Amino acid sequence: MAFISSGYNPEKPMEGRITDIGPRSFEDFYPPVIKRNKGKWDYHEILEPGILVHVAENGEKCFTVRCGAARLMSVSLIREACDIADKHCGGHLRWTTRNNIEFMVENEAAMKSLVADLKDRKFAGGSNKFPIGGTGAAISNMIHTQGWVHCHTPAMDASGPVKAVMDEVFDYFQSMKLPAPIRLALACCLNMCGAVHASDIGIVGIHRKPPIVDNEVLDNVCEIPLAVAACPTGAIKPTKTDFDGKKINSVSVNEDRCMYCGNCYTMCPALPLADYQGDGCVIMVGGKVSNRISMPKLAKVVVAYIPNEPPRWPTLTKAIKHIIEVYSKNAKKYERVGEWAERIGWEKFFELTGLEFTHHLIDDFRDPAYYTWRQSTQFKF
Amino acid sequence: MAKHPTPLLDQLETGPWPSFVSDIKQEAEHRSKNPKGIDFQAPQDCPADLLGVLELSFKEKETHWKHGGIVGVFGYGGGVIGRYCDKPEEFPGVAHFHTVRINQPAGKYYHTDYLRGVCDIWELRGSGLTNMHGSTGDLVLLGTVTPQLEEIFYDMTHKLNTDLGGSGGNLRTPADCLGQSRCEFACYDTQDLCHTLTNDYQDELHRPAFPYKFKFKFDGCPNSCVAALARSDFSVVGTWKDDIQIDQAKVKAYVGGEFKPNAGAHAGRDWGKFDIVKEVIERCPTKCMSFDGALKIDNANCTRCMHCINVMPRALRVGKEKGASILLGAKAPILDGAQLSSLLVPFVPVEKPYTEIKEVIENIWDWWMEEGKNRERVGETMKRLSFQKLLEVTNIKPVAQHVKEPRSNPYIFFREDEVLGGWTRDINEFRKRHAR
Repeated sequence: MAFISSGYNPEKPMEGRITDIGPRSFEDFYPPVIKRNKGKWDYHEILEPGILVHVAENGEKCFTVRCGAARLMSVSLIREACDIADKHCGGHLRWTTRNNIEFMVENEAAMKSLVADLKDRKFAGGSNKFPIGGTGAAISNMIHTQGWVHCHTPAMDASGPVKAVMDEVFDYFQSMKLPAPIRLALACCLNMCGAVHASDIGIVGIHRKPPIVDNEVLDNVCEIPLAVAACPTGAIKPTKTDFDGKKINSVSVNEDRCMYCGNCYTMCPALPLADYQGDGCVIMVGGKVSNRISMPKLAKVVVAYIPNEPPRWPTLTKAIKHIIEVYSKNAKKYERVGEWAERIGWEKFFELTGLEFTHHLIDDFRDPAYYTWRQSTQFKF
Repeated sequence: MAKHPTPLLDQLETGPWPSFVSDIKQEAEHRSKNPKGIDFQAPQDCPADLLGVLELSFKEKETHWKHGGIVGVFGYGGGVIGRYCDKPEEFPGVAHFHTVRINQPAGKYYHTDYLRGVCDIWELRGSGLTNMHGSTGDLVLLGTVTPQLEEIFYDMTHKLNTDLGGSGGNLRTPADCLGQSRCEFACYDTQDLCHTLTNDYQDELHRPAFPYKFKFKFDGCPNSCVAALARSDFSVVGTWKDDIQIDQAKVKAYVGGEFKPNAGAHAGRDWGKFDIVKEVIERCPTKCMSFDGALKIDNANCTRCMHCINVMPRALRVGKEKGASILLGAKAPILDGAQLSSLLVPFVPVEKPYTEIKEVIENIWDWWMEEGKNRERVGETMKRLSFQKLLEVTNIKPVAQHVKEPRSNPYIFFREDEVLGGWTRDINEFRKRHAR
């Protein structure tokens, strides 16, 4: 490999340096129909799953075709999306917050030829490259994190279980038969890069073993006071310990107080938590961020632990699909998962889903825990 | 021929959902063939070795990425995440596998010229793998080596007029919904506000000076498609103050079955004939609507939840006096439990140059930078130091809208000047009235 310079001169880093310019302006990228009608849209309609039409006050139309995509994407696939956008959309396309790709065209004929083009594109392994769906009372694409692909703190993979779950619920991506939208999300640890805590159904990676103290290096690679201060339950204390016949500075962990959040590991690499037997995930249910009908709410833990079962996490995917099906059968039109569970009561949620209620599901973390206990004789047998 | 056998990952190639495994394999093969004869500046077998190390994780159920690593570009304290593999001998292609965050354009609109430019730079100087997009919003370039970081930054700024995003204790890359660009519900121009504030706060974005991360997100209406009040410390959500606009003829058209309710969002199941009373009037959370052939809304009691507008978008429009509510303090569970944002500014007009919004932001930052502990999100600072303190530092008058209900304990902190006579008292005077 011969080094190819961009023009950057390491001897003079400030020479010709451009900084603090921010992102490219959205104005550079709007499709013409968007530019012409921004702020002047009259209404929209979902023509079929994944296909929307927005109609402007002047009657102009923007047809949007929404495609699911894996968040992890190669430049080859991005270029293929670019080829499609060049061919059908004048070179314009966008991504949604939930990792979908949207192609926009200005008339129905163009939309139909775009859809026909997208439908036939498959990966060598057989999966769809650009499946159309994710609108209305459906399951849209899943928000997720890095997992074992790129992160140092995960308790589970992300891309793998997401692929497995989306395969399992694919029918709901390509139809609009649910009582309301279901937003799925996965975070591979409690740092939760993504709004898992407010999703209809969230998967969150958890550790279940306290950190291992790597005494040999701890004092060299960590600031002990920071590691101690990082613990939300005060489980970590500075200590002197024997290592290799020498007294060294380190920390001790009160294992009974540890809730495996991993914050200490974030501050101190000598306190790893990851463990093939301990790690896995919880399922959280009933969160929402929309203000529609009821106020936004945090999701609740309904399954305290599911082990990691690569490559397809069958226990997890089965549980998710089951919750969706019970909800779909029992909820009223427009009712989100959390609204349904609150209307019938969580005790009925467990009864209907058949999920086991265990001691793990009763909150014991600080003051908010009390507000989740039942200060009433009102409950359902 | 694959460099590493991946029997576990191969099982993720089947099924209808797009397979990231197939996609990485496609890139691995493309780089191995190298039809354009590119002199790759990062290891040619990056994608192949990524599959290898991921297969190992699938087998062992533990990650193989090391903790951290401080790398970056000159003058910036964020935008690059250092990442090293803990099996560098087995997987040399990903031994160094740093992430570069590229600040995405507002609304995530792209032109292919630009995206192809990103792809060309990233194929030459990195793994050829990306995240479209990261959880915060950035276009994430996944995996390169340290010597390429300055080169990538130089190419991005010089060729594509694009900057890096945020990481660490700074302003994270702001993100928005598509707003007025393609949505009739949007109450302000989310793209313009997002883009303007991103540019106005470049210093805060690139040079960490905060106790911890700080996120902006901009939702155009209370439907909250970017989940601002769950995903961002500073959540701006479009709303309006006056009456919902009603077109009675079109309401009748919905009732008569001429228009599809909810824009066709429930078309996949037979829910029966549209029933405006059951589906709109009775589902209204404040019961401020009635229907007697004409739709009536008691707007003074409406909480603008969007349900009726969502169900009948052709008949109902958001009001004309539009703006936004600002909520503060959302965060993930680390450290003190997950939080949603709390209402701080019930209504603010969203007008260029956004002085009023910036004043709120800067007052919050001044306070949080002074009082916030290391790695304390502003939502935690609020809890520790009180909502009252937040109101005081932002010069916002307390109103009943700030709370769902008033406090149910009488442990009130009064300021001394609120109490007649103040707090300085003479024990001897007290004792004249009360024997010891």
